[in-house]
Amino acid sequence: MNDGMIIRTTSLVKIYPLGEQSITALDDVNLDVRTGEFAGLVGPSGSGKTTLLNILGSLDVPTRGSAEVLGERIETLSHRKAADLRNRHIGFIFQTFNLLPVYSVYENVEFPLLLLGFSPAARRKAIQAALEWVHLADRAKSRPSQLSGGQSQRVAIARAIVKKPALVLADEPTANLDAENSHGILRTMEDINRELGTTFLFSTHDGKVIQHLRRTITLVDGRVAKDEVRSGA
Amino acid sequence: MMTFLLKGVLRDRGRSLFPFIVVTTGVFLTVTLYCYIRGAELDVVRSNANLRHGHVKVVTRAYAKDVDQIPNDLALLGASAQIRDLEREYPDLEWVPRIEFGGLLDIPDAHGETRAQAPVAGFGADLRTPGSPEPGLLGLANILVAGRLPEASGEILLSAGLAERLKVGPGDVATLIGTTMHGAMSMANFKVAGTIRFGIGALDRMGLVADIADVRKALDMDDAAGEILGLSRDGLYRPDRLAAVAAAFNARFAGSGDEFLPVMQTLRDQPGMAMMFDRIRDVTNIILGVFLLAMSLVMWNAGLVGTLRRYGEFGVRLAIGEDKGRIYRSLVAESLMIGVLGSIAGTVLGLALSFYLQAVGINLAGVLKNVSFLMPIVIRSRVAPAAFVVGFVPGLLATLVGTGIAGRGIYRRQTAQLFKELES
Ligand SMILES: Nc1ncnc2c1ncn2[C@@H]1O[C@H](COP(=O)(O)OP(=O)(O)O)[C@@H](O)[C@H]1O
Ligand SMILES: [Mg+2]
Repeated sequence: MNDGMIIRTTSLVKIYPLGEQSITALDDVNLDVRTGEFAGLVGPSGSGKTTLLNILGSLDVPTRGSAEVLGERIETLSHRKAADLRNRHIGFIFQTFNLLPVYSVYENVEFPLLLLGFSPAARRKAIQAALEWVHLADRAKSRPSQLSGGQSQRVAIARAIVKKPALVLADEPTANLDAENSHGILRTMEDINRELGTTFLFSTHDGKVIQHLRRTITLVDGRVAKDEVRSGA
Repeated sequence: MMTFLLKGVLRDRGRSLFPFIVVTTGVFLTVTLYCYIRGAELDVVRSNANLRHGHVKVVTRAYAKDVDQIPNDLALLGASAQIRDLEREYPDLEWVPRIEFGGLLDIPDAHGETRAQAPVAGFGADLRTPGSPEPGLLGLANILVAGRLPEASGEILLSAGLAERLKVGPGDVATLIGTTMHGAMSMANFKVAGTIRFGIGALDRMGLVADIADVRKALDMDDAAGEILGLSRDGLYRPDRLAAVAAAFNARFAGSGDEFLPVMQTLRDQPGMAMMFDRIRDVTNIILGVFLLAMSLVMWNAGLVGTLRRYGEFGVRLAIGEDKGRIYRSLVAESLMIGVLGSIAGTVLGLALSFYLQAVGINLAGVLKNVSFLMPIVIRSRVAPAAFVVGFVPGLLATLVGTGIAGRGIYRRQTAQLFKELES
């Protein structure tokens, strides 16, 4: 996949068994995302946004079809290989921040680097840089419980980008934030996208986010209903 | 990474404190009980060996057969020569002659008429030869209640309980009515030198201790001994080694049918002792097993609650790029830390209490009314080397088993499901 595509899905189907019946969460999704895009999956609740992000993040596997991310076919990866892909190349941001409460801001951001086996000096440098990106260098010692929602989500962004991943997947990152904080973290992510070339793929139904997206992919009932690139955005 | 985990464990009380307390408590109880049982065993062995059976005992075959009747007519003759032989052959054992006897103790009034009478169970031991190990083996100096130890011929010690019942004390005269070795009635006058309390039920009710020379004279047993006891010089009973010694000794006379040939028996061969040793071993194993099981169950439960509570965390960690195996191993590593710390704490506490109980002991007078072997009333703990590790095995095993089972939930869940719990 040397054609500048970081994500390519082909006839992607995800069916959840539900007792006797089953739910088709994704239905024949064909999608390409280029390296460096700042794109979003939009659509009502239950349209399959989270399911798609989870598969692209190698946390879940498709029922049929193929999902190729950073040159890896998700459906063929072992647990360990999938973890390795996430570890090296993918950053996650969640609606509910999901910081580890017993660790300080610094330690939360440090965690991915420990998994990657960074040296202490390299860790310190990377964490410092990541915290500066999100304007939280002065809160390194704080615990998550001492932070506001906006600050918590900034820490989560720092944690996602500290290892300089190629791809960041953000599942409704503003759903628990007010307008000011929502725009704030989106501007930060735009900066990171521009300066580091990191690809961002959001899921959202929040107008404030959609304003910032350069491409919106609309999902309805697990199908791509619309795919618009906004010129000049 | 290990430091990172340790930080998490220490900061998250819910994760560490409860399991830590469980392990500490379990290990503490295990160590304490173990030391106490070891102590009981050692006390019982010491009492039975020193007061009655030795670590090994040499008697005639005929005597061995009817031992419960104390058949002094079947005693060993030429005891001093036999002891010399035994000393030469087994220098690591100390050999002492004993004569057990029963009889009636008669206390005369001022006119020589019987004032009081009671049955006695006595034994003669070498109390007066300078350098004799017997006063030390019997611990006479420590258990003297009144008066002094026998110094002159004809002086005896009476158990305090018996003396009280007969209303006699040091300086009083008592007549022993018994049977000589040849079956005739014997009457011998003794003087009470002192009273003693063994702290052992049967002996304190009717015990009498006399110098063996006086007993030989009274019962017409010149140079005879009912029994010759052998005790290892370091005081330790080694059942296996002594069983081999006794077997070899007895094999020597295997061809002959002579009833008066000597036979060697170990402490374990004595009535009630084998059962006692086996009981103690069983009880020890059961206690260790029960604690292991109980701790494992509690830790399993704590592990389940802990992992349920932490599915969110596992979801994030999966998303960040840990695989399930690694998360599982980190859980086990965490529990290992808690297991080690808890086991250390429990062992330290258990040893502390055991050292205290080794010095003080617990009085079991009420519990020990009807036991067939000699049982000291105050049981002390004994901190044996094994006590330093005996709690560790169950402590660590329980934590690992508990967490190991509980943590499997990580594998059973779909990755996406763990991840979903983030959103709720
Ligand atoms: N683990 C699951 N088991 C069964 N059904 C699921 C599961 N996850 C999602 N679904 C269903 O799949 C559909 C898509 O869900 P989701 O991807 O979470 O949508 P969105 O993120 O757009 O709200 C929904 O109908 C949802 O109920
Ligand atoms: Mg969703």
